[in-house]
Amino acid sequence: MVSNSVAEALNALCAGLILISAFGMVATRQVQGVLRFFIVQSSLLAVSSAVLGFGRNSLHLWALAAITAAAKVVAIPWVLRRLLPGDYYERREIAQAVNIPASLLLALLLTVFSEFLVAPIATAANDTVIRVNLPIGLAGVLIGAYSLMARREAIPQLIGILAMENGAFFAGIAMAPELPIIAELAVAMDVVLIAVVVGLLTRTIRKTLGTTEAASLSELKEEPPVWR
Amino acid sequence: MIQTGSYNLLQVLFVLVFAPLYAGVLARLKEMIQSKRGPSIFQPYRDIFKLFHKDERVSDHTTWIFRITPYLVFVTPIFVTILIPVLTDYPLVFAFMGDMLAGGFFLGIAGFFAALAAVDTGNPYGPMGASRTRMVGFLAEPVFMIVFFTVSFVAQSTIPYIVQHRWVANVAAFFSPAHILLLIAFLMLILAEGGRIPVDNPSGHFELAMIDESKGLEYSGRGAALMKWGGQMKFLVLTCIFLNVLVAPWGLAHGANVSAVLASVPEILLKVLVFAMVLVAIETSLAKLRLFRISEFLGAAFITSVAAMVTSIFPGG
Repeated sequence: MVSNSVAEALNALCAGLILISAFGMVATRQVQGVLRFFIVQSSLLAVSSAVLGFGRNSLHLWALAAITAAAKVVAIPWVLRRLLPGDYYERREIAQAVNIPASLLLALLLTVFSEFLVAPIATAANDTVIRVNLPIGLAGVLIGAYSLMARREAIPQLIGILAMENGAFFAGIAMAPELPIIAELAVAMDVVLIAVVVGLLTRTIRKTLGTTEAASLSELKEEPPVWR
Repeated sequence: MIQTGSYNLLQVLFVLVFAPLYAGVLARLKEMIQSKRGPSIFQPYRDIFKLFHKDERVSDHTTWIFRITPYLVFVTPIFVTILIPVLTDYPLVFAFMGDMLAGGFFLGIAGFFAALAAVDTGNPYGPMGASRTRMVGFLAEPVFMIVFFTVSFVAQSTIPYIVQHRWVANVAAFFSPAHILLLIAFLMLILAEGGRIPVDNPSGHFELAMIDESKGLEYSGRGAALMKWGGQMKFLVLTCIFLNVLVAPWGLAHGANVSAVLASVPEILLKVLVFAMVLVAIETSLAKLRLFRISEFLGAAFITSVAAMVTSIFPGG
């Protein structure tokens, strides 16, 4: 079937770019850049699931594409932009536990690890889409989890969680394309709510303390320390 | 044999003739994006012509290295040209004399001598630029290597003509994640090696900020012309490797007659023009990196290329 092979090719293209944008999220200093890479990754996820839905005649994948586009490409960035002022996003040099070259190397190791881990399954699967999506989806989950640990600012941490979810969905559309829409809707709603809650919390913390650096929030002192 | 040899000559002529035009178009496009008029696209030809007609001054304190370098810088891109597909998609006479690694070595020789010549002059800016170029060079080297490894994994060969056939024949391989990652890594490499904006500013004239330009500061007359022309040819050759071997192996001549080869010239020029637009878009949307951020840029390129290699080894690639 011609359209299916085209769909698989486009899906593979999206897979490569999704991995790149996961690296991009690790490599960027500006909060704005992290958010942009997240938008790119989410739109790629939407495109790849729409394309697969077209290739496999699956309404579920179309629905997933629409939900992803609405929630992660439009709603979440809009909410986050609304809740925090522009200068927060323009700030550079967000403090990280590990510096960026080392982070990138660790992200690479995570990619190698996930490729290695799913290689037996992927070989047994005998399906091009699973072979492509499973390792890269897993790598996306691991890299998201890593940036959750390494980032010190609240919003990039939140984006780390959302990126994990992107990776899981990317692996999921290959493994279980017939996932009920209700589950997808529930997850999508949850994700937007998380974004709203974390955004509001960050805004309040920032108003009272003047910083959103998660590391310096753990210090407990009588008199307020000098916040950066 | 003689016929394909003459096509090889045509390829060399193509690179010789159109390299200054490529530089001129890039400069003009960049000025247009900044809503300025900019110099004519034929300005590099005039510059080279003017420099050839000027007297050459060579300091007494320099050695033979300083004198031989312009010729090396000028000749090495031509050697690379006869190894790679510029106009035809079938191998020409010298195609199997060397692979992509040989091309890398040739360009490496030119870079090595250019750095030596910059140190040779004793001009304070020359050695500084040379040491910076070496810094960029040794950071770019591992990326080159990994790109070659990936290419040889996927195509089982590093002869550019064979690599290019693997991509054309196989749509699935063209869109595979490994290929996409490889393209992005190689694009970052071209930006670094060509001295383009996130790494170096090609139109900057501030000596302290120069990386690539400062090596040629001491040259005048014919030497300067050859250095300039050679640099432009090197960038066109790198672009041709990127476009014809890795990205878009279309528009090359299939037929073994002169008209087919000549007909491919405008198609290749169109491809190069599209690439120039992409390049200008990248250059105007990014700021030049601080010197010690270059290692991060090339580190990212390295990570991308290794990820390409890893995905090409495992079943998904």
